[in-house]
Amino acid sequence: MKLTLLMPVLVALILGGCQTTNDSTETSTLLYEQLGMRAGIADIVEDLLFLIVDDDRINEHFAGIDVEQFHTNLTDQLCSISGGPCTYSGRGMRESHADMTITATEFNALAENLILAMDQNDVSTSAQNRLIGRLVPMYPDIRDL
Amino acid sequence: MKNCLNTVAIGCLMLAASTPAAADVGSRLWATGGVSSIEGSAGGGLSPWALLNGYASDEEWGGTVSLSQAETDDYSLSVVGAGVTWRNRVELTFARQTLDLDSLVFTLSNDFGLEQEELVQDVAGLKVRLAGDVLYSPWGQWSAGLQYKQNRDYTVPDAIGSEDDSGTDFYVGGSKLFFAAIAGRNLLVNGTLRASKANQGGLLGFGGDRNDSYETMAEGSISLFLTRQWLIGAEYRQKPDNLSFASEDDWYDVFVAWVPERRLSVTAAWVNLGDIATLEDQTGAYLSLQASF
Repeated sequence: MKLTLLMPVLVALILGGCQTTNDSTETSTLLYEQLGMRAGIADIVEDLLFLIVDDDRINEHFAGIDVEQFHTNLTDQLCSISGGPCTYSGRGMRESHADMTITATEFNALAENLILAMDQNDVSTSAQNRLIGRLVPMYPDIRDL
Repeated sequence: MKNCLNTVAIGCLMLAASTPAAADVGSRLWATGGVSSIEGSAGGGLSPWALLNGYASDEEWGGTVSLSQAETDDYSLSVVGAGVTWRNRVELTFARQTLDLDSLVFTLSNDFGLEQEELVQDVAGLKVRLAGDVLYSPWGQWSAGLQYKQNRDYTVPDAIGSEDDSGTDFYVGGSKLFFAAIAGRNLLVNGTLRASKANQGGLLGFGGDRNDSYETMAEGSISLFLTRQWLIGAEYRQKPDNLSFASEDDWYDVFVAWVPERRLSVTAAWVNLGDIATLEDQTGAYLSLQASF
């Protein structure tokens, strides 16, 4: 019954959020550019790999991989997903993770490391959120759900 | 039953204490455990969300301890809470609420001849995540739960027309985070439907002379992550109105939460609890500290 009283608060909150959307000019610049283009993405992926190696929750999944190839593939993949002029030539997500039985814990660990790697490279909050938002649809494929 | 609740409380605390201090906090991402609501369940301040407390992901244990305080014009409510979550599937919580009656002491003394300075209630909560993940599922995360509530002293609720000194709320809720929804910021939306007979959350007993049946109440919140560490939002909780002694209003709040790291969160809010037991327009401040393990 007091919902009417709350509505102005919600509306103000949402509009307040929208007003700061003056960086919605950001939307027209490519996410790819916000990530520092291919060189910036390559730096993020490199830092991500260092974090993975140190992370006992997931590093065994990466034991014995061709690190250079993996770095190239993931960089191309993030470049392409963020709207950059790259072509991902690796295997599909479902196929490449099919035998790994990735748990939610492991998926979260990788997501955390990616966010930390973006932090280390001074990627803005909005660019981080937009990239994660574009990666999230891969969740069922990676976890083989 | 009071003893039973004490056992639950001690159990939660023992589990909390038995976790090695050096152990890492769970693997779920920042702030995905919400904060501790005044009834102990993970949620916002006033309403349980579909999120489970702490940071335990699907192979982990985790939990929280919390201290909360609300100061309105004529009341102060303090809550101590503790909870554990198993594999991001089951959440068990306990909360003890103490409401200092402050101004109401005179009403009770003059009108009812009661000498009572505080009301105390224990709440044991169980929540189960039914399906989905708040971050990763397109349809969000869905949970169902119950809160068993027991008044520790029933004198005042009994005198003002409450029917029972204990009651159980049942609820279902959904939570969904929308990435980069507003100005590139993440938006968290929660909705909860609760079946309840509780008067003022149960602090004034359960059922009453005006109504003694379960009613379904709508609750909801919306919050925006300004950054990973800071979120702002608003919450709303519809309430029953069972007592002819005094009308009961819906609750709402606006809040800001700071999550400097997963082990700690600080929530500050401005709350509007409406009329409570004849004292009108109870607005005030709310502060809650939560530690996760």
